[in-house]
Amino acid sequence: MATVSANPARAEASSTARALREAVFAGIIAFGLFVLYVGLKTDQNISNELILVQRWGLLAIFVGVAMVARFIGVLYVQPFLKRRRTAKSEASDLELQPSYFRRNFSTIAIIALVLYPPLMVALFGTQGSLKWVDNFGIQILIYVMLAWGLNIVVGLAGLLDLGYVAFYAVGAYSYALLSTHLGLSFWVLLPLSGLLAAVWGMVLGFPVLRLRGDYLAIVTLAFGEIIRLVLINWTDVTQGTFGVSGVAKASIFGIYSFDVGAANNFAKVWGLPMSAAYYKIFLFYVILALALLTAFVTIRLRRMPVGRAWEALREDEIACRSLGINTVTTKLTAFATGAMFGGFAGSFFAARQGFVSPESFVFLESAVILAIVVLGGMGSLVGIAVAAVLMIGGTEILRELTFLKAVFGPDFTPELYRMLIFGLAMVVVMVLKPRGFVGSREPSAFLHERKSVSSSFTKEGHG
Amino acid sequence: MTPILQVKAVETYYGNIRALAGVDVEVQKGEIVCLIGANGAGKSTLMMTICGSPQARTGQILFEGRDITRMPTHEIARLRIAQSPEGRRIFPRMTVYENLQMGASLDNLKYFDEDVEKMFTLFPRLKERQSQRGGTLSGGEQQMLSIARALMARPKLLLLDEPSLGLAPLIVKGIFEAIRKLNETEGLTVFLVEQNAFAALKLSHRAYVMVNGQVTMTGGGRELLANPEVRAAYLEGGRH
Repeated sequence: MATVSANPARAEASSTARALREAVFAGIIAFGLFVLYVGLKTDQNISNELILVQRWGLLAIFVGVAMVARFIGVLYVQPFLKRRRTAKSEASDLELQPSYFRRNFSTIAIIALVLYPPLMVALFGTQGSLKWVDNFGIQILIYVMLAWGLNIVVGLAGLLDLGYVAFYAVGAYSYALLSTHLGLSFWVLLPLSGLLAAVWGMVLGFPVLRLRGDYLAIVTLAFGEIIRLVLINWTDVTQGTFGVSGVAKASIFGIYSFDVGAANNFAKVWGLPMSAAYYKIFLFYVILALALLTAFVTIRLRRMPVGRAWEALREDEIACRSLGINTVTTKLTAFATGAMFGGFAGSFFAARQGFVSPESFVFLESAVILAIVVLGGMGSLVGIAVAAVLMIGGTEILRELTFLKAVFGPDFTPELYRMLIFGLAMVVVMVLKPRGFVGSREPSAFLHERKSVSSSFTKEGHG
Repeated sequence: MTPILQVKAVETYYGNIRALAGVDVEVQKGEIVCLIGANGAGKSTLMMTICGSPQARTGQILFEGRDITRMPTHEIARLRIAQSPEGRRIFPRMTVYENLQMGASLDNLKYFDEDVEKMFTLFPRLKERQSQRGGTLSGGEQQMLSIARALMARPKLLLLDEPSLGLAPLIVKGIFEAIRKLNETEGLTVFLVEQNAFAALKLSHRAYVMVNGQVTMTGGGRELLANPEVRAAYLEGGRH
């Protein structure tokens, strides 16, 4: 080794040789793995006989990608990571001063979000902004809000809830049914749906009071399914799988309406050309406000007795009780508060879609919301928001990647790979950052100054 | 004078297994009382029974003359019986400061500022570590935090379950010294469960010896320390 390191040119050559060797190995392994799955494909011909289709070209692409990736990995990525690690261990933690951007991240993000719709209108025109405000903006913000709501239950109180989408459904159906049958407005029904969802949160909370961890997860999962099955089968009220359609739109506090025929239609009053974009922009600000409300409430609650009790409950239930905390009410308030925000998001969802059906509230939704919370780092609002942007924005982006059709042929639909990429992304994030994007818990009380000790030094939280 | 804590003929079961077989213990106000015994004698069970989990199947537990046998744990804690449970049970991801806040949650932090200063004078080490997460503390520091957290509730009775467990002798000495100081200056009543019989007996006014779920011997701390039976059973092998 000594002679090698003494001669940089030879070291370079030897590492290139090693990279080449490993690339060849990777190629052989990839060939062995894929030759039967990718290289050969069984198919039926016109006379219904089973034939083998040979796809050597595709196999070559697979093997080639594996070889190139391994070569680059060995030659560039590994030394880079090694350099970074040594640099990190040399630099003292105390000297690291976070950048201006990092320190004011939330303020900058909120300003950017407020400016987002006008910017999109300026860039893509009124009609063109529709996609960006609706598919990206509103869609992501709904998930941000849901994840922040679930964060109260999972991140703060440490109660693993796999059926969160049930409360989302309760909120959505509350708005859809009460507005179509009673004709109440969005602004009346928004708090009401939140309240109803909170009641259902308590209903779920009571039977699971004694459960923790895996057991709790299973029961909440079942609860989510029960709600969905009730929605499907109680056809008299919910119209089953057909769903409730023609749900009323939200109005700007009754002053301006977004119904096309209405006299006080927003576009008509202001003499603007008719477009759905105004409604979407309005909805964008509504969901932004709702999401920020969720964040605000979470931040405030964390400093209040009930929030502290939630966090203590997550850490150690027995210690909680010996300190005089009533764990029953603490758990119930956590479920109810989390469910309430789910209900808000649900009624917003119904107003936005104009249509609700049980299909929107499948288990996968719960899993996605939970995945966002875990990826973001349980308990961290900023981390969760970033995770929501990546996960939901990422899947929306996949729809836009039409250029991939040029590479993989016209049949290629990137959306179909959504779950594959989703899973891969989760594995990668959990390997690199096991505690999520923002893994350290921000203390809620200080005596003199903040001093942070990385939470990776403390033991893994339970439950 | 009626004792602050009376345990009368208490039997506690884990399923069908009887862990406490009719225990009688009394603690007077202003006393340090300790309970010594071998592993599995039921010391910690008695401690937990006083706190209401598990609850006693038969017998009675009185606190200030009031029956607390069937009360839920958090209501017992609200009567100002503070506990530093076995295994410390601090909140690992909360800072030292936040842990102390949790201790003061009974009064909703009314006396927090003045009490926290008191804790920091009692355990100066905690002051240095105040913004550190509980889980990053050493064992001794965690024990100090556990006791300090219990004291933040301004208890009338402090229950300590094996405060010396797994700690270096010097740290044990420090912790016991702190308990003695609190008892002398503020008249704090302490009920202590210990394996470290020598240090515990030296500290206590009175002591109970527990064997197989029953109290077999009782007397003054120094008195039991001199007792040949106790010496043979719990103090052989020298001073811990």
